[in-house]
Amino acid sequence: MAKPASSIAKRADALWNWVDSRLPVSAFWKATMTGYHAPKNFNFWYYMGSLALLVLVIQILSGIFLTMHYKPSAELAFASVEYIMRDVEWGWFIRYLHSTGASFFFIVVYLHMFRSLLYGSHRAPRELVWIFGMLIYLALMAEAFMGYVLPWGQMSYWGAQVIINLFGAIPSIGEPLTEWIRGDFFISDATLNRFFALHVIALPLAILGLILMHLVALRENGSNNPDGVEIKANKDENGIPKDGIPFHPYYTIKDIFGVAMFLLLFAFILFFWPEAGGLFLEHDNFVPADALVTPAHIKPVWYFTPYYAILKAVPDKLMGVMLMGASVVILFFLPWLDRSPVKSIRYKGLWYKFLLGMFAIAFVRLGMLGMAEGTPAQTIEMRIWTFVYFAFFILLFFMSPRGKTKPLPERLTH
Amino acid sequence: MNKKLLSCVFSLVALLAVAGPASGSGGEALEHANVNVRDTAAIQRGAQVFVNYCLSCHAASYMRYNRLAEDLELNEELVMENLVFADAKIGDTMTIAMQPKDAEAWLGKAPPDLSLIARSRGTDWLYTYFLTFYQDESGRWNNITFPNASMPHVLWPLQGIQKPVYATHDGHEVIDHLVLAKPGIESPEEYEDTVRDLVTFLKYLSEPSEVKRKNTGVWVLLFLALFALVSYALKAEYWRDVH
Repeated sequence: MAKPASSIAKRADALWNWVDSRLPVSAFWKATMTGYHAPKNFNFWYYMGSLALLVLVIQILSGIFLTMHYKPSAELAFASVEYIMRDVEWGWFIRYLHSTGASFFFIVVYLHMFRSLLYGSHRAPRELVWIFGMLIYLALMAEAFMGYVLPWGQMSYWGAQVIINLFGAIPSIGEPLTEWIRGDFFISDATLNRFFALHVIALPLAILGLILMHLVALRENGSNNPDGVEIKANKDENGIPKDGIPFHPYYTIKDIFGVAMFLLLFAFILFFWPEAGGLFLEHDNFVPADALVTPAHIKPVWYFTPYYAILKAVPDKLMGVMLMGASVVILFFLPWLDRSPVKSIRYKGLWYKFLLGMFAIAFVRLGMLGMAEGTPAQTIEMRIWTFVYFAFFILLFFMSPRGKTKPLPERLTH
Repeated sequence: MNKKLLSCVFSLVALLAVAGPASGSGGEALEHANVNVRDTAAIQRGAQVFVNYCLSCHAASYMRYNRLAEDLELNEELVMENLVFADAKIGDTMTIAMQPKDAEAWLGKAPPDLSLIARSRGTDWLYTYFLTFYQDESGRWNNITFPNASMPHVLWPLQGIQKPVYATHDGHEVIDHLVLAKPGIESPEEYEDTVRDLVTFLKYLSEPSEVKRKNTGVWVLLFLALFALVSYALKAEYWRDVH
């Protein structure tokens, strides 16, 4: 480092040394940033992690400002949201940041998870990274569901009604369980108030803790990469992976570019299309919650609709709930269901490309069907895609040990 | 060869799956409202129609009169004289004297607050709604777009009275179209313009900050585009030594 030029710089340097010898700032920075070597061949999919973190920050900051003006009561909630939209300075911006952020959180997280399926990032030794990621996903679903109730529109109310009633399908404890969740015999002020508490403090704390575990577990073994080969197997004389580059500045700088591109899209939606045609903000949710008027077509927000379609595909309610639960739970087992000798889709045969492609189509199509009104033909289609969804996991388990693979490269392809 | 075939079949499945219809939403075809929330004059005219015809039964209780004055480029005295009929102050919201309970007793159902109606119904729906009122044989008002609601056609002096012409479809007698049985003060074209003004106002009413949002958005996007360019150049510079 260059010699401090002035006495002020000298003092600043001394202060920095004082802090650093008491709090391991530079050691931490080195361990996690400049001294941490990440594979050099990250592609588009590897932006999603840092973008998820960015959306988290957007949600927390916009959420804090919303909390300053929002009223968590059945009487006032809807009006307070409109108060934010109209009377609070830049309130509309804060609110759209939060509502657009919620949907983008799921877009980014779904792409982030899909990346894992592409390149086998969940495979050994990163199973716990995946497990913590799945726990974040579960917490995020709860967070989003409860947040959606807060504006107290018709879809908030009736969506919550439908989802909470799912717990009622559980034999014997179902009914008391739904009452316990609602804090009342129906969705009411008590429900809204507790969902507010869970949404603004309990779940965010859980999510932050889980993200910390996700990152600590990730840094322990380092990131996977599009080739799915371990860069630590090829180290130079200093013990640095030959195909690794310091996370800072290479990936911090690269991620800034990712952030810029992401914000372009994000801002476009926020400023020009915040309702996203009724996908991000549903039309019925601009009508205040009314326990006496059931909307013609109740459906959850888009990021839940694939699971909703699986639920609706089954005629029996309890079986439907169980199958829906299974469709999420089965994801936890992915690291052990894929038994292929190679991790990345690049070195797996055509069989995996086909399986994963069908799985992706099934997920998207189920999402579309989950929003639809549910004609008999659509119900049949939901069953087909539900079958395809689960077939992916079963076929993966049996085909992966035998499926064709290509020889792995010695070093990363870049 | 095999690979090509498979990818062909695969793309076809993907295309069919994602392009197929998923929303089986029926309903009548709606007219296009073609509203422009930057047309301040239209919003002003629409506001006039709104306070004259709607505001006695429907409130817009999230909208403040002084916000109206500011956004519509009117001075507050003008708004007080032309748009405020109730004994309201300029900072008040557009509420009505009728209590919801009384309204329910008198009209069967309390008329909904219209602050957000353009966001829940959509402008095309509203525009079509105002054009499809008719009087049935018993002299009662009804509407093709929203049948059997208790709302009378308060704009009838402007539009005149439409009567239904029936046709038989699959053994059922249904309304084929409406004819103007008694002309109103306005010609059909003038009435369409009046309705468009009203719907433009309702659109404004549902999100008063829409114009500001879009104006701000242009600058934000321009900044972000520049930022993306610079950050790409920075990335390229740093990554030059990665081989």
